[in-house]
Amino acid sequence: MADYEKILSNRFDVDEAYTLPVAERQGAYRIARRAVTAMQPDQLKAEVKAANIRGRGGAGFPAGVKWGFLPPDRETTYLVINADEGEPGTFKDRQIMEKDPHRLIEGCIITMYAIGANVTYIYVRCELVKSIQRLEAAVEEARAKGYLGKRPFGKDHPLEIHIHPGAGAYICGEETALLNSLEGKRGEPRLKPPFPAVVGAFGEPTIVNNVETIAAVPDIVEMGGEKWSNISLLPESFRDGGTRLYGVSGHVKTPGIYEAPVGITLRELVYDLGGGMLHDDRPLKGVIPGGSSTPVVHPDHTVNAPNEDDPMHPWHGKSHLDVPMGVDTMRNIGTMLGTCCAIVMDSSVNMAEAARNLMKFYKHESCGQCTPCREGSGWLVDVLDQIATGSASRAEVDMLVDISNNMMGNTICALADGTAMPMLGFIRKYPDDFYQALETGMGENTRLDAAVRALVDRRAA
Amino acid sequence: MVAFSLSEDKEKVVDELIARYPTKMAACIPVLHLCQEERGWVSPDIVEFVAERLDMSTSQVEGVVTFYTMYHREEVAPNVVWVCRTLSCDLRGAKSIQDHLEKRLRCHVGETSADGKVTLLKAECLAACGNAPMIQLNDEFHEHLTTESLDRILDGLGVAPMPAELRTSPPEPVPAPEPPAETAATDEGPSTDEGTSTDEGEEE
Repeated sequence: MADYEKILSNRFDVDEAYTLPVAERQGAYRIARRAVTAMQPDQLKAEVKAANIRGRGGAGFPAGVKWGFLPPDRETTYLVINADEGEPGTFKDRQIMEKDPHRLIEGCIITMYAIGANVTYIYVRCELVKSIQRLEAAVEEARAKGYLGKRPFGKDHPLEIHIHPGAGAYICGEETALLNSLEGKRGEPRLKPPFPAVVGAFGEPTIVNNVETIAAVPDIVEMGGEKWSNISLLPESFRDGGTRLYGVSGHVKTPGIYEAPVGITLRELVYDLGGGMLHDDRPLKGVIPGGSSTPVVHPDHTVNAPNEDDPMHPWHGKSHLDVPMGVDTMRNIGTMLGTCCAIVMDSSVNMAEAARNLMKFYKHESCGQCTPCREGSGWLVDVLDQIATGSASRAEVDMLVDISNNMMGNTICALADGTAMPMLGFIRKYPDDFYQALETGMGENTRLDAAVRALVDRRAA
Repeated sequence: MVAFSLSEDKEKVVDELIARYPTKMAACIPVLHLCQEERGWVSPDIVEFVAERLDMSTSQVEGVVTFYTMYHREEVAPNVVWVCRTLSCDLRGAKSIQDHLEKRLRCHVGETSADGKVTLLKAECLAACGNAPMIQLNDEFHEHLTTESLDRILDGLGVAPMPAELRTSPPEPVPAPEPPAETAATDEGPSTDEGTSTDEGEEE
């Protein structure tokens, strides 16, 4: 296996690196001290911009550019960390929060100083109890050391971090829903514009960044933005820099989180980092590259970019599995990079059934504000349930496409798109699985209710 | 039921929570968590208590309580088990975990066990995909589950063994657990990646 340098995850294997003394012996807070005491905010912002770090939460927006959207004349600025990790298949931020919370806090300190904020709210899923405990303890330790408070590192720039628990809602990972939730409201996304950088938490300019994005800031400042950016294996023209955490789960031998440069291939993620297919006699059927909202990738599909001017031309004719993973490269092959946490499925999986599993998730998580999403996600499940009985017709498969097309682009936030895109991906890439389900149904999921209900009915006890 | 109130110590925690934010209302979610910890669920008088304490209307608080899944709106058992059935867990046998839970607890997802000890709920992805299948028992994650390890967890809660008549259809095999979570999550796995998994190929 290729041996990639651990930068972001270099303290993951160190015992008790979640405590301040251990983390500090390993270098924590050295960069924060230098940044706050010896560097100017503009310098820090320039480094992050030069690092070409694309947001690690899934949308892949350049973080340095986002910071630049803050209006110049503002009184209060907030930093909000999106730690509402809940995209199915994604489990990377939890590793940072549990194993190395001080890296995130150090990143918050540097970022707050750079953008002129005094307060950070880290919005953590309340289910991640250990993450919350570790973060709270780490904030206490940092405060006791004088790294947070009225004069952090002796500098007259008060810094405070609060951990804010969520209460169980996937939609709160959408940044404006997260802000509403932070304000004590229902987590319903807001219309944009205005964007949070202009009107965010409590009506003030706010930067919302993912855990991994901010955790990378100390390394960016230490190495210098350009050098950090060059870790990426992608050509510079893609402006997609650095190192990141990859996840792999499902039918592989060694599921887990692995650090590697931006731009490794899906093949490497599945067969190298992931240890290869779980069952040697069951080949790869499809892989969802970066969380459930990213359309599935078919290993037999190839890149079609015969034109030499096409940025994808270097990979013309190659399998989608051999395209380096970056925000733009994955978009160019009709999927998304998302969170870089892949779900691997072998030949035993019927993709209609996989789709049904995920659509149930989206139906449950739609916030209900917009009709196309609220109704559409429910209809998709209804139609898939009908197909699961084995008594549907081809018109019902067409209906799935129709419903999906009417959801896309017609809602306040991207949840509807994140539902419709994978749905369409499953149908377009594996139509036979759906047609097969029309004949045979989806046995796996239909037998449960009636059979188990009869067995466990308490009245019989 | 006596109207809900908090101890003096807990009231201080509420004051601290309020002080973290520029508006009182922003403390709503953490204060509701605090109240639920006290009573086990969010009863109507908790809604009134929180509304009054944070200068909100009861309908606003009710709106928050009904929006989020982690607030229980009816009494739950002393133990709550969340079973993840999202794709990554399902690919690694989460269905047999749910089947096993339902049979042993003698209740369906969304219900409380016949003995009143455990409430069984279905979770959406809990960010433990690399260690699937998994459940959350109260505040703790239990990962790399097999029906055997699940039985040990339920034994620990004092749940009666599965009745013989339910054992007639043996649960499907669950893939063997990977190396422990702490090490599996880093780059150490590959030295063993050519190793065998116990259920390799047995279904085909």
